[in-house]
Amino acid sequence: MVNNMTDDYQNKETLHVVVVGNVDDGKSTLLGRLLFDSRSIFEDQLQALCQVSEKRGENNVNLALLSDALRAEQDQGITIEVAHHFFSTPQRKFVFIDTPGHIQHTRNMITGASTANLVVMLIDARKGIAEQTRRHTIIASLLGIKHMMVVVNKMDLVDYREDIFELIKANLGNFSSRLDFLTIDYIPVCALHGDNIVNISLKMPWYKGNTLLNQLENFSFNTITEITGGRFPVQYVVGLNSNDFQDYQAYAGRVAGGEFKTGSKVIVLPSKTSTYIKSINQGQNSLEIAFPPMSVTMQLTDEIDIRRGDLIVSGNDLPEISREFDAMICWCSTAKLIPGNHYLLMQVAREVRCSIKSISYKIDINSGNKINGVEEAGLNDIVRVSIKTLHNICFDKYSTNHVTGSLILVDETSNETLGAGMII
Amino acid sequence: MISHSAHISNLESEATYVIREAAAQFANPVLLFSGGKDSLVMLHIACKAFWPAKLPFILLHIDTGHNFPETLEFRDKMVKKTGARLMVVYVQDTINSGRAKEETGYNVSRNAIQQITLLDTIEKFSIDAALAGSRRDEEKINAKERFFSIRDKSGHWDPQNQRAEFWNIFNGKKNQGEHFRVFPLSNWTEMDVWQYILRENIELPSLYFSHDRDCFIRDGVIFAWSDFIKLKAGEHVQTLHVRFRTIGDITCSGATLSTAKNVVEIIKELQTTHDTERGHRSDDKRTDTTAEDRKKDGYF
Repeated sequence: MVNNMTDDYQNKETLHVVVVGNVDDGKSTLLGRLLFDSRSIFEDQLQALCQVSEKRGENNVNLALLSDALRAEQDQGITIEVAHHFFSTPQRKFVFIDTPGHIQHTRNMITGASTANLVVMLIDARKGIAEQTRRHTIIASLLGIKHMMVVVNKMDLVDYREDIFELIKANLGNFSSRLDFLTIDYIPVCALHGDNIVNISLKMPWYKGNTLLNQLENFSFNTITEITGGRFPVQYVVGLNSNDFQDYQAYAGRVAGGEFKTGSKVIVLPSKTSTYIKSINQGQNSLEIAFPPMSVTMQLTDEIDIRRGDLIVSGNDLPEISREFDAMICWCSTAKLIPGNHYLLMQVAREVRCSIKSISYKIDINSGNKINGVEEAGLNDIVRVSIKTLHNICFDKYSTNHVTGSLILVDETSNETLGAGMII
Repeated sequence: MISHSAHISNLESEATYVIREAAAQFANPVLLFSGGKDSLVMLHIACKAFWPAKLPFILLHIDTGHNFPETLEFRDKMVKKTGARLMVVYVQDTINSGRAKEETGYNVSRNAIQQITLLDTIEKFSIDAALAGSRRDEEKINAKERFFSIRDKSGHWDPQNQRAEFWNIFNGKKNQGEHFRVFPLSNWTEMDVWQYILRENIELPSLYFSHDRDCFIRDGVIFAWSDFIKLKAGEHVQTLHVRFRTIGDITCSGATLSTAKNVVEIIKELQTTHDTERGHRSDDKRTDTTAEDRKKDGYF
């Protein structure tokens, strides 16, 4: 019995949902409502929530405070930092990633969205599509999120009118038609009162679709974001010389694409040396095969100088090896991104100095159009740049591999992470 | 057909990746180790991550002096079994040196002042990263943490100005005097930890399983009776059948009435439980933002 429960538990897939939208559109309230109505709030949490709400002089339990835990967030009534909530239903396990709507905290939104499978976009029915709605939609699409659920919130404040819902649906549908979403669903809700969150609303009989939770539970998604051949970024070299393990050397990392089989041929990059896999291990357990997102160690048949940052590949499609490439950059610093500037570029397990050769265009957030001839990028701008690195790096296009196709730019003095990059 | 959704395996792989990343990026990392279930899971994953080599970092235990004797015994046993190196530093030494002042009154706890001992140790030994088993589901302030979380020169956390963390590219770059806290189990829940303990057959201190113990009840929470406790009028010691969901400082770790004698029974119990594991930690309950204040000051 418990064994069955355990198997079910272990095999239930986890959906990572990032909740985005403009400030005050009700993201934290929505999350609180979802947890509350699905009975996922524990008694001691609810008790604490009631006490804080009461102390703050609020008439009802403020469900947003469940997520907005920082004192500054509670005082200002906004979300500043990403919060992760874990909950599961009999169908599925979820990680909800609550993000700030304020433009000033966009980098935190990107932090939350970069690992998500699905985006829930909140829109205030009274205000319709705001600049942040468009910005978050564009960023989610750039990050390769293929599925969006648009939740039109505060329907109570527009008398539950269908025409208002339909107008927002048409406008956002129009805006996102040239982005890369595979599916977009629209749900009218009132998060504060719980309409269409977990329970179907009686106030919007014109809406024939699912509740948000129902939609989330039944939605089919694909977590595979790496469609290239085998990619294994070497994170760490495990070396040992003992009686039991003479001159033992193995390469530790997390598989980032394709598959690796014991005995099969691999190529080590950037040296382009071919060899074979002698063994694959997770701790003492030896494996026949490894695939994403498994962390394993690999022993190879030949003695080759391999170090952190090298890439072991399998299959026929090799990644590109180059010092020059283009990337879309979400810039997250008040310091300007200007051609000629130098940064530290970090990929998974690899770092190299780079300079920005040029900016080809910036995306106009309101129209989604490209603006050519820009000379610099500022905070929250999204630009396409040409990058030149000091040494060769191995990479794939982000659209074919989120691990080998992503990078961050780091300030060499302050060490701050300034931008998120997707190689194109 | 290969299953790409084996939940617990994915969490293990993620934690392994984070631990290896810390070992690769930092010159002098440590793994905070208390002998509690989360740190035992961390130790287990770390040993697997670097097998057959030894751990490339030491274990650090901040000893409050207010321990369950079972935990210390178990801690030493595990250290011996894994061949890891352990450094123990004592909150009592921090108090003796005048760097920290012991609380007075009934609810005396050394939980808050252990951060001083921790920060002193980090500075003294030039530790640049401390790996800890904290999870985002434990406390609402933990839900805001990154995997790699930077601390300034005073050891403080600035939750409103955290470094961006895109994908799983961890930026562990820092200036002199700053350090990182690294949380490989960020995305695990209490249930995940128990499922993993079951799958990997990880040994635990007996405190986690139901046993008879001398207890007393204060503010609705069951506490273990020990020499460190001063009873209030009306409180009395009674023998109860209990287990602990967390085992920190003996003075503030609450017990639950339970008959769960093994991991399978604990998992069954958790499936019907209605409160969080921290609900029994009296030190977290002092004010709504206690945990935030402590974390900002440099707590785990």
